[in-house]
Amino acid sequence: MDDIAPAIELVGISKAFGPVQANKDISIRVMPGTIHGIIGENGAGKSTLMSILYGFYKADAGEVFINGQKTEIPDSQAAIAAGIGMVFQHFKLVQNFSVLENVVLGAEDGALLRPSLAKARKQLKSLAAEYELNVDPDAIIEDIGVGMQQRVEILKALYRQADILILDEPTGVLTPAEADQLFRILGRLKEEGKTIILITHKLREIMDITDTVSVMRRGEMDSTVKTSETNPADLAERMVGRKVLLRVDKVPAQPKDVVLEVKDLNITDEKGVHRLKSVSFNVRAGEILGIAGVSGNGQSELLEVLGGYEKATGHVLMNGVPLDLTGAHSDGQSRRARGIAHVPEDRQHEGLIMDFSAWENTAFGYHHDAKYQRNGLLMDNAAIMQDAQEKMDRFDVRPPNPMLAAKNFSGGNQQKIVVAREIERDPDLLLVGQPTRGVDIGAIEFIHQQIVALRDAGKAILLVSVELDEIMGLSDRIAVMFDGQIMGERLPQDTNEKELGLLMAGVTDGEAA
Amino acid sequence: MDFFTIIQLGDASVRMALPLLLACLAGLFSERAGIFDIGLEGKMLAAAFLSAAVSFASGSVWVGLLAGIGISVLLSIIHGLASITFKGNPLISGVAINFFAAGLTVVIAQGWFAQGGRTPSLPKDARFNGLDFPGALTRVRDKMQASPGMQFYSEFVSGHSILVYLGLLTVPLTWWILYRTRFGLRLRAVGEAPEAVDTAGISVVRLRYSAVIICGILCGIAGAYLSTAVQAGFTKDMTANRGFIALAALIFAKWRPWYALGACLLFGLFFAIDNRFQNIQLQVIWIMILLLGCAVAMTTYALRREKIDVLVLGGLSAVLAAVAFVTWFGTASGEGISIVSALWETVKVPSQLIQSLPYLFVVIVLAGFVGKAIPPRAGGQPYVKER
Amino acid sequence: MDKMPKWADVVLVPVVSLLLAAIISVIVFLTIGQNPWEALKLMAFGAVGTSDFLGYTLFYATNFIFTGLAVAVAFHASLFNIGGEGQVLLGGLGAAVVVLLVPWPHWTLALIAGGTAAAVFGALWVVIPAYLQARRGSHIVITTIMFNFMASGLLIYALSGPLKPEGQMQVASALFPEAAHLPSLNDIAQIFGSDMFGRSPVNISILIALLACVAVWALIWHTRLGYQIRALGRSESAARYAGISAVNITMITLLISGGLAGMMAINNTMGINSPQLVDNAAGGAGFIGIAVALMGRNHPIGIVIAALLFGALYQGGAELSAATSIPVQIVVVIQALVIMFTGALDEMVRAPIEKLFIRFGRSRTVEE
Repeated sequence: MDDIAPAIELVGISKAFGPVQANKDISIRVMPGTIHGIIGENGAGKSTLMSILYGFYKADAGEVFINGQKTEIPDSQAAIAAGIGMVFQHFKLVQNFSVLENVVLGAEDGALLRPSLAKARKQLKSLAAEYELNVDPDAIIEDIGVGMQQRVEILKALYRQADILILDEPTGVLTPAEADQLFRILGRLKEEGKTIILITHKLREIMDITDTVSVMRRGEMDSTVKTSETNPADLAERMVGRKVLLRVDKVPAQPKDVVLEVKDLNITDEKGVHRLKSVSFNVRAGEILGIAGVSGNGQSELLEVLGGYEKATGHVLMNGVPLDLTGAHSDGQSRRARGIAHVPEDRQHEGLIMDFSAWENTAFGYHHDAKYQRNGLLMDNAAIMQDAQEKMDRFDVRPPNPMLAAKNFSGGNQQKIVVAREIERDPDLLLVGQPTRGVDIGAIEFIHQQIVALRDAGKAILLVSVELDEIMGLSDRIAVMFDGQIMGERLPQDTNEKELGLLMAGVTDGEAA
Repeated sequence: MDFFTIIQLGDASVRMALPLLLACLAGLFSERAGIFDIGLEGKMLAAAFLSAAVSFASGSVWVGLLAGIGISVLLSIIHGLASITFKGNPLISGVAINFFAAGLTVVIAQGWFAQGGRTPSLPKDARFNGLDFPGALTRVRDKMQASPGMQFYSEFVSGHSILVYLGLLTVPLTWWILYRTRFGLRLRAVGEAPEAVDTAGISVVRLRYSAVIICGILCGIAGAYLSTAVQAGFTKDMTANRGFIALAALIFAKWRPWYALGACLLFGLFFAIDNRFQNIQLQVIWIMILLLGCAVAMTTYALRREKIDVLVLGGLSAVLAAVAFVTWFGTASGEGISIVSALWETVKVPSQLIQSLPYLFVVIVLAGFVGKAIPPRAGGQPYVKER
Repeated sequence: MDKMPKWADVVLVPVVSLLLAAIISVIVFLTIGQNPWEALKLMAFGAVGTSDFLGYTLFYATNFIFTGLAVAVAFHASLFNIGGEGQVLLGGLGAAVVVLLVPWPHWTLALIAGGTAAAVFGALWVVIPAYLQARRGSHIVITTIMFNFMASGLLIYALSGPLKPEGQMQVASALFPEAAHLPSLNDIAQIFGSDMFGRSPVNISILIALLACVAVWALIWHTRLGYQIRALGRSESAARYAGISAVNITMITLLISGGLAGMMAINNTMGINSPQLVDNAAGGAGFIGIAVALMGRNHPIGIVIAALLFGALYQGGAELSAATSIPVQIVVVIQALVIMFTGALDEMVRAPIEKLFIRFGRSRTVEE
């Protein structure tokens, strides 16, 4: 064993936000001059941990040691002084400043700017030479590409003499070519003795460049292994976890005609990133198609297009009739008119108006419905309240009080309000995104039963979930999305978590370890 | 219009522009740091009152100036408390400060001097008087007969109060602070991307308060100038919306110091013209060309877009066209001449229209039809750390 | 989770804010060497002491109800319509044009025509700022302030030129024809043999204002449009999900807001004892509307109460300044303090009260 102190060591870090335990007793050691990966799904607690390291949050318990010395990190200045540099997932750059100005901000050398900029320019040149981090110091941030912007973030850290670099989901916005370049740079940094912590959910990156890797799940540290001693399948299993498979009792599906036909769906966002790449699939009446995948791989965009609040190119047919994807009838109301109901991924910012009461939320999206109107001019609030009460009773929403504001219900009950509203529309196609995120066990079971019941009534269901158990338990067919594409389709009885996990991580069949 | 008149106009423009300029720069510092401030008017007014009052009471205009700056800074700090510390709506805070100053100045003036809500007239040595440069002519009769160069020197350059010369210097000073100092870099950063500043370990709150205080100082000088240099004392509502016009100039200048000088001089020119020329005439044909040209441009733009653009811009074009034709036919019938010859008749441009030009300019700029007017990105929103 | 019960949010916080405003006002009175208690008594008497005074108070309150409703409707969509001043002036222009141009045989017709014109003109004046905000993202606060100034210019132009009767020195329109005079409340009282409200200008517009309150209440909480307005105001992202068009709803909301502000002209221009359009027709009512909406928490009932309060303040202040050497601007100072404390410094009052509630009671949470 070495006598060298770890570059950074965390012992027993815990942090709770109210009832949510974001980090529980986390301990990690990272040796200097290595690249350490931290992998885990969304909500695993990685971001909280990094925020603690950078001084944004104060841990409830636990200690941090830098090079063997106990270090307090009350704010970002202390983190910087301790040699920690962080490259955030969402860049912290001033868009209309130049590269040079961004690097120098906060680390200026004295009150006058010109000398600071001159010094920084020289320093940048030597850093560029040393680490192959070539950037044009006078380029304006909003004009350069994302890959370049990320280099600026790295340079910021190096300029402040960071010895420990933490990168949070660095390749989310990069093309594969840019990602390769990044890894080359990280390799150089490692050679020069820097310590790097790489937070990611992409298995391939872990395998490619890390020396050691820790797996986080649900706020806890699951395990830490040497990369050389593991493989993608193994990591996938640890990441996704050995939860008890929620058994959903259902009869085999009897799919009928195709209800939804998606052909060559493409979306490119304002930053020029290709979010959906020629996605094609079908959903039939009486079947549940489950889209598996780690979040951020295009599933949200897919739901948004089908739900009517995002534009796209391509073809989508509903019961054989094309859907408007870009024009005047591509909005949410038009979709609902075509028989598409949508339980969105984000119930708090999309599915519900948190300040509205439960009964007001029952009409949300369906406020033009004739049965909610009184005499053409006014809404029939009493009718809506009645309907809400009935839905709450049928779906066992607690407390069954339609007058309560949505924000006063627990997550599970909020979701039930949304699910009740959408399912009881008797839609031809139900879109469901993350139906059980933040929902307790009892409500999960209930919601699953409702979805299956709808399918048995002969409706088509498109289910998007990051929970593999949910996908495996509910779906009649599974499609896996990664990086905006469908990686493959499987039948749940013909596959397993390992195989799906690999597909989810972008490892195609030919590359499995 | 002879050369001397032009010089006089220029001279008047500078005098009108100066309080605008100082207030504009005040707003610049504040908004560049991300704090919207529509309370410039109130701060100027409060400063105008207190500096006049204290000048009178103490006999020293410099002490008065200090007092004016003091009250303006105090109001700025209150605005800062509301928008930065208590994360309130800066627009409401600004409106409240304007009202507060408008009311309190009169109330205190009445309580102190009992002259109907104004201060007494300031004696000559309690004011900022014009500074005459060596060799400059001082009497209008002399100036009118002098050579062009001498006219320029005597009228335009010489004779302003010291605050004008100092005020003009604040433009390069502001530029220097913003673009050549560490403080300026950080200030600009905090208005565009406070998260970048925060993660660099710098206090967002401290920076914003500094900006707000600088704003207070400049507004204070602007107000003091009004009551101790332009006029001899404080009168009710003497700022006459200059604070809002300064805001308009700021937007027009796209939040940059040298452009601000240009914008304020331009607006100053409008006011000087409006003061000087009561009767501006324009030939009907030019009016037709201008109005119909705008109408046609707007309509063609709108037709390529959505229904609502057609509705609004089309309606506006119709209004402009209607105004044009009413003017034309109205002139013809009013003068009793033929339609065709009416085109060459001149019509008086309403002075209210000249006065409204700065406001119109701002709306056009904000509409984005004359280049983009992108305010500092983080303006108007309190900074809350990401969770 | 509600951090404090509804009553605290709606009543306690505004009351504490008002108290703070009152305390500072007292300090102001003391500074100028006046007795705050005496001043308060004079103001109270001046506001409601005689039926004449009461009439004036109600008259001003009517103005503020209209402008308060205007601001509140926009607030429900999270929009800040600060252009009330200008919209009121345009409303007056509209009413004047319609009433002066057409010889209405009866005041009811004049009311309908003039009122509609006032609303339409007020709404038209907000079209450009609304359009620029909805389609181009131009900040509506700045544009409406600019339009306020332009409205003032436009009005003066109209009153010095096209609308000014021959030979009249006053910069104002002609007096409205006798047949178009709206009955004052005093006129109505006379029918019942009473002389209540005396010479004060309070007129039937107050009933229109109250009707407008009912209409706004119905609109916001009982129609699909109101539903969409509130949804958009709470969460733009959710509104998108539900297929609510931000552009359309923004424009419609602002048009309604402008129309309501314009309708103030019914009271202020058509409803006064010698109805005509004058130069400073708004008199700050647009800005007071902001205070009224804030204090009234954007609800018609609260707006009526707040409007009455400000009306009393206005009228009481006028009497106070007539009776003492205190200038009438003291009212503006108090208004400013109310706006500051109920608006911008709301959090300063709210946070400690929330803490008290959390400490001394358990908020109701939902248990599974």
